[in-house]
Amino acid sequence: MAIEIEQPCVELSNVAVSETHGEDSPYFAGWKAYDENPYDELTNPSGVIQMGLAENQVSFDMVEKYLEQHPEASTWGKGAPGWFRENALFQDYHGLKSFRTAMASFMQQIRGGRAKFDPDRVVLTAGATAANELLTFILANPGDALLVPTPYYPGFDRDLCWRTGVKIIPIHCDSSNNFQITPKALEAAYQQAVSTYTKVRAVLITNPSNPLGATIQRSVLEDILEFVTRKNIHLVSDEIYSGSAFSADEFVSVAEILEARDYKDAERVHIVYSLSKDLGLPGFRVGTIYSYNDRVVTTARRMSSFTLISSQTQHLLATMLSDEEFTENYIKTNRERLRKRYEMIIDGLTSSGIECLKGNAGLFCWMNLSPLLEKPTREGELELWNPILHEVRLNISPGSSCHCSEPGWFRVCFANMSEQTLEVALDRIRNFMHERASVNRSLFSNR
Amino acid sequence: MGLGNYQSRRLLSRMAVNDKHGENSPYFDGWKAYDRDPFHPTNNLHGVIQMGLAENQLCFDLIQEWMKNHPEASICTPEGLNHFRDVAIFQDYHGLPKFRKGVANFMSKVRGGRVKFDEDRVVMSGGATGANEVIMFCLANPGDAFLIPTPYYPAYARDLCWRTGVQIVPVHTDSSNNFQITREALETAYIRAQQDNLNVKGLLITNPSNPLGTTLERDTMKSLISFINEKNIHLVCDEIYAATVFNKPSFVSVSEIIQDVDFVYNKDLIHIVYSLSKDMGFPGFRVGIVYSYNDSVVSCARKMSSFGLVSSHSQHMLASMLSDDDFVNKFLAESSRRLATRHSLFTEGLEKMGVTCLPSNAGLFCWMNLRSLLKEQTVEGEIKLWRVIVNEVKLNISPGSSFSCSEAGWFRVCFANMDDETVKVALRRIKAFVGKEAEKAKNVIQRRSINGLRIISSSSSSKRFDESWVMSPHSTHVMSPHSPIPHSPLVKVT
Repeated sequence: MAIEIEQPCVELSNVAVSETHGEDSPYFAGWKAYDENPYDELTNPSGVIQMGLAENQVSFDMVEKYLEQHPEASTWGKGAPGWFRENALFQDYHGLKSFRTAMASFMQQIRGGRAKFDPDRVVLTAGATAANELLTFILANPGDALLVPTPYYPGFDRDLCWRTGVKIIPIHCDSSNNFQITPKALEAAYQQAVSTYTKVRAVLITNPSNPLGATIQRSVLEDILEFVTRKNIHLVSDEIYSGSAFSADEFVSVAEILEARDYKDAERVHIVYSLSKDLGLPGFRVGTIYSYNDRVVTTARRMSSFTLISSQTQHLLATMLSDEEFTENYIKTNRERLRKRYEMIIDGLTSSGIECLKGNAGLFCWMNLSPLLEKPTREGELELWNPILHEVRLNISPGSSCHCSEPGWFRVCFANMSEQTLEVALDRIRNFMHERASVNRSLFSNR
Repeated sequence: MGLGNYQSRRLLSRMAVNDKHGENSPYFDGWKAYDRDPFHPTNNLHGVIQMGLAENQLCFDLIQEWMKNHPEASICTPEGLNHFRDVAIFQDYHGLPKFRKGVANFMSKVRGGRVKFDEDRVVMSGGATGANEVIMFCLANPGDAFLIPTPYYPAYARDLCWRTGVQIVPVHTDSSNNFQITREALETAYIRAQQDNLNVKGLLITNPSNPLGTTLERDTMKSLISFINEKNIHLVCDEIYAATVFNKPSFVSVSEIIQDVDFVYNKDLIHIVYSLSKDMGFPGFRVGIVYSYNDSVVSCARKMSSFGLVSSHSQHMLASMLSDDDFVNKFLAESSRRLATRHSLFTEGLEKMGVTCLPSNAGLFCWMNLRSLLKEQTVEGEIKLWRVIVNEVKLNISPGSSFSCSEAGWFRVCFANMDDETVKVALRRIKAFVGKEAEKAKNVIQRRSINGLRIISSSSSSKRFDESWVMSPHSTHVMSPHSPIPHSPLVKVT
């Protein structure tokens, strides 16, 4: 063995030693508990049920059926001679034209044709994780800020801030108006930046929202557009859950509003999308940036060199998503199944005396356990979360991990398991609530 | 629509509006010429032949055969469909365990089994492009510097610097010793960086070298490790061409050196960047690897890999392929053999017409010496010659200046991204061109000797022609590919 010498440690970069990747947060204790004792219907029925993972597992059968019936999607080992070679060599950062066209068409279908997408504005990235970071690099300098409504996806702290050096300033939302974004809250966040001499570069919204599981109303989107135009900043709309709205009419994309006003001021708007949620393919790393700004498209495309989508995956999905019969049926069926799951979990929670925010999209619901808190504080919330994780054995996500300013809310995922498992989870919640009720009845309000 | 150009620029970050993406360099004119008029053996015999693309296209038949025989490795075939959902939802940044094992196994075989790689140190990234950038993010702060021997891969300027804010400090090499890296050159670069108040965080080498096509000798590698140990800076070895070695001397990876008994080093300073893009010819699948001997770097790079994971679809297929020892052994041996044959075909063809290349034993290209054809031994002279080669000879080759080469007149010429017939077409064109240039040179000499009898005072114009231009290509003395590669001067220094 070579002799290793003891040297004073050579410093790594500031980015490397910072904690902005966010993985040391208590939130991940839940994941740890699951990893150590994962639920399995047959082999470990008393294990921890994973309800902290926003995955869509309700519609795989449709994709599998498609692949069975369409072997040309893969042309594995057969197909036109040289097909494999061409595909394996393809590393053009424009991406396969057929794939971009298919993505544009899919995004259009999800919006019921109310917005058109130009394939030449579709920039491909390896997942929405990369898309959000890339856009931040393009729109903001280190030290600048993005305004993000709370509660928000915990991964944004890493995706938007870690390597970019950009800050998130929260736009505070609360239950008094169902967590909707208000002009007052937007202005307050902006002023907070001003008071710390921080330059605001963009507002970033997630629509439908994670973790709320609700779409943003048209009037609110218009308010936001008016705000960003007035402040001369960008708007990034992460529409990763757009295909998971329970009904086609419920979701209004910023793209529709722009098209309706003939793309006035559209250059400041950029949409992030991915197939991780709507198609349930997070492993394939398929993200896109759709920008109405030519310069952003060009620059994003160049930067996508660091994070291209495997050409093998592009080819497979290009075939599948170009099949409009398949996509129309998929979108419709997927929506219905998610809605059914949502109704199932809401019914179960309601019968246990638990209320949720009225949701209409996504793979989760936003559960209100604030009546159960000993203290209406973050600590109080974590104190409630602990027994849910370790005794009830459900890994749900505390609102504080989503930067919610109101303690007591929890995100509960319902689409990453079978119906049977969901029933087991609901039973456990029911039992938990009964036990607590019998301990202290006065905690419940009559509604 | 809407925002004016100035306003539009102001609304984007500094990174978005600067030129560090590198695409405005004249180098891309060659690509444009190719895109406008691409060669095709039947449809466009007079088009531009793409010799600027370092792709390995020699062994696809082997891979296609394997795929035909292993339908279970795909998640789309009837045989493999049962894996579909597990693979489709797998986004754990550790990567599929079987994939990491397959990569570690492959990397080991590429090094003749002389090294064992730990699959828990294998970290994914978006191609080597992503891997190089991630390593910079881990090791250096904005404004810090990395030493890089010239000539080097042009896109390093983008990959290492654009979003990271890191600066490249070149370590100059030249043909006086076959472009080998000397201790002196390293020290000079290091001192220069310090004088410029730059904080040097490491040295990055490409081994085998792009564009030289040579591998580092064992002693050179040892001396580089000593250098970085002394300065307490990192060493990043981009070994992306490791399996393209086709001749002796055999490849010596940094991973082998650090296994040597009695060799003193700090393992936390050693990092390898790898990819399947060149060795296997899969640039489209975006398989980049960061392999570090530093636990903190492994941990950090793994977290960062979220920004550039390898598609689980591709991981699954490659896990099977790379774990198939018989296939891997056969593939590596055959790939090497075909590269050797292709290299000979090309370089021997060149030699016959008096064009020489740096003696090389690896890579998908050769480093061609056209110094004798330059009108001026300057970058401008090189670019002028290059434009003629692109536009008239219709070969997109890459000028040495795009690789930051400090010596004008060298060109990288790729030969593994085409079939034998196309190579022969390229050789015929080069022969015709060289012949024409020789004629021109002869005529100039004849005219000069006639004029010389009449001119009383020496004119300034005759002084512009230096020796190398007047000599015909046939008499240019450069190392032939058959000369032994000289010992590294660094042997004596350490």
